Amino acid sequence: MIEITNLSKVFTLHNQGSAVIPVMAGAALSVTPGECVGLTGRSGSGKSTLMRMIYGNYLAAGGSIRVGDLDVARAAPREIIRLRREVLGYVSQFLRVVPRVPTLDVVAEPLLQLGVPVDAARARAADLLARLNIAERLWGLSPTTFSGGEQQRVNIARGFAHPYPALLLDEPTASLDAANREVVLGLIEEAKARGAAIVGIFHDEAARDRVCDRLVDVTGFTPRLAA
Amino acid sequence: MTGGQNSLKNFGAPAQGDRAMGAVDMDTCAKVKEDRPLLSVQGVMKLYGSRIGCTDVTFDLFPGEVLGIVGESGSGKSTLLGCLAGHLKPDAGRILYDGRDMGALGEPERRRLSRTEWAFVHQNARDGLRMGVSAGGNVGERLMAVGARNYAAIRDTATDWLGRVEIAADRIDDRPSAFSGGMQQRLQIARNLVTGPRLVFMDEPTGGLDVSVQARLLDLLRGLVRDLGLSVVIVTHDLAVVRLLADRLMVMKSGRVVEQGLTDQVLDDPQHGYTQLLVSSVLQV
Repeated sequence: MIEITNLSKVFTLHNQGSAVIPVMAGAALSVTPGECVGLTGRSGSGKSTLMRMIYGNYLAAGGSIRVGDLDVARAAPREIIRLRREVLGYVSQFLRVVPRVPTLDVVAEPLLQLGVPVDAARARAADLLARLNIAERLWGLSPTTFSGGEQQRVNIARGFAHPYPALLLDEPTASLDAANREVVLGLIEEAKARGAAIVGIFHDEAARDRVCDRLVDVTGFTPRLAA
Repeated sequence: MTGGQNSLKNFGAPAQGDRAMGAVDMDTCAKVKEDRPLLSVQGVMKLYGSRIGCTDVTFDLFPGEVLGIVGESGSGKSTLLGCLAGHLKPDAGRILYDGRDMGALGEPERRRLSRTEWAFVHQNARDGLRMGVSAGGNVGERLMAVGARNYAAIRDTATDWLGRVEIAADRIDDRPSAFSGGMQQRLQIARNLVTGPRLVFMDEPTGGLDVSVQARLLDLLRGLVRDLGLSVVIVTHDLAVVRLLADRLMVMKSGRVVEQGLTDQVLDDPQHGYTQLLVSSVLQV
């Protein structure tokens, strides 16, 4: 479902002496449907960079990133938009929403984008919010005023609203208490059971051991510093 | 590209099926069936004497897509918007709307298009509204311009649209001069969208509004774009606005497009020095 070969990434900072910083080279990764692969490596080793490249958020310098049968590294913006809408979900660490939009609508939005009727989309959103223990009295409020843990759970509800065939999870259990962590791990296990291919970053080792079928250390993709 | 579309849909159906999926697939088909650009811009240039307004601008806009154009003042973004909307005549290049060459189109036909299939939302609502006419009249007038004659039906449609842009029905007979800036802007949007355009040009639609009013307007615009399947070209200097509204982003400097791509990619991984400067200059709140 996700097939990465010989992927590289370079940042060129034009306004800082045109510094050229190679951050990734020769990255390879393969994730089959129903499989969850955990990315490991110390902070700054490129876990999030790799994830952002799969999502099309960072441009690749070379190599290919096949998700389904689209090569994200070469795809046109509108192909990536369609991929994100239908195939590839992403739960980032931060919630980014239009201010003043009610939480229920924030969670339902990915479904509305797909043309799901409003009632059905809101019902699905309500299910997820209830499951993630977001009090019903908060559903009509914008999540921008919520606590970090609440925002994280809203973000997760939004990311799981549509049954994406492929999912990227960046620290989905960070800043959650034990009960909510359990709910999120359950959602991940269900996604795997229905055949989703998942790439995740988990600093929570117990969570990682439970849902990941395999670990890939991205340190191996860090280019050697030129001597 | 054409092959990718069907295969993507297959991936949309999970192995074990889901009650919601049937509906998703059908609507998805409807949404992606049009694979022809609504607006195709090819090498457009506009000169002011010997000075370049904009040059070498090329892009395609597809049905349902929102394209953001950013750049500092004087970068040529408003000139380009003027060319696209037919307010300015390009000195070189072609603009195809729905396959028709706009340069070859006669003035009456162009006017008909701008009344029926296009809309233009000005930064200053006063430029897009008739200030001496009631709110309902502002909306109804557009309907009459495309041939509506039944007074009751026009008033009903106007009331419905005022509701959609969150203007209370009891303000229908008030003049826009009695409205706040945010309300005027929402009225301008209702006036523009009532005739069911396919392509909407927006020039700094949230400029000059309070942040709280801006947020509400952004949410309204997103909902309308999604529900009506509008294609939009939005010019702004506000990167936060394009991040929330635009699918794709074009960055202009000195009349040229220096970078274009997926909005979040251009903002999070800018490739051109100017875009990097622009992104890194935004004050963090």
